[in-house]
Amino acid sequence: MIRSELIQKIAEENTHLYQRDVERIVNTVFDEIIEAMARGERVELRGFGAFSVKVRDARIGRNPRTGESVQVDQKAVPFFKTGKLLRDRLNGKEE
Amino acid sequence: MSDKTLTRMDLSEAVFRNVGLSRNESATLVESVLQHISDSLVQGETVKISSFGTFSVRDKGPRVGRNPKTGEEVPISPRRVISFRPSHIMKDRVARGNAG
Repeated sequence: MIRSELIQKIAEENTHLYQRDVERIVNTVFDEIIEAMARGERVELRGFGAFSVKVRDARIGRNPRTGESVQVDQKAVPFFKTGKLLRDRLNGKEE
Repeated sequence: MSDKTLTRMDLSEAVFRNVGLSRNESATLVESVLQHISDSLVQGETVKISSFGTFSVRDKGPRVGRNPKTGEEVPISPRRVISFRPSHIMKDRVARGNAG
């Protein structure tokens, strides 16, 4: 499933809404998650999963082609952990 | 790093502000977004949200685990897990937002 198909499914279930409003709803959900993580916050969606930010320490990397050492700075990366309900559903344990 | 945690309520509030639906309907729609993603993954589909990231389902084979407290061996049965690969846009935004 891709973004446009997700929008389509929700539009079909909500025929009273304009397509552009459905697009705005879906975009808002994803944008809010990204913006929260950009502020260093967690987004916890019980049953679905949690988005958080992990900090990777600075390290000395190596250019694989030249073998030259390069300083790699500390870096924040996004992380997703699947929620229990979704994990159980994936493995056939419906509630 | 901030200790603040957003929940469904914050996402619903954002939809309420941006789209002008009732709070109730905003909450229902946020839930619907999450539900459709979950259903699609449970069907074994990959969910690719452009400029956000890709959720995919991976099959893990059986393996022998160990109870870390007792050292006892326990069989771990095959299972399906989700892996999330953030888009470059998300990675850049998160890296820049949390820099220095």
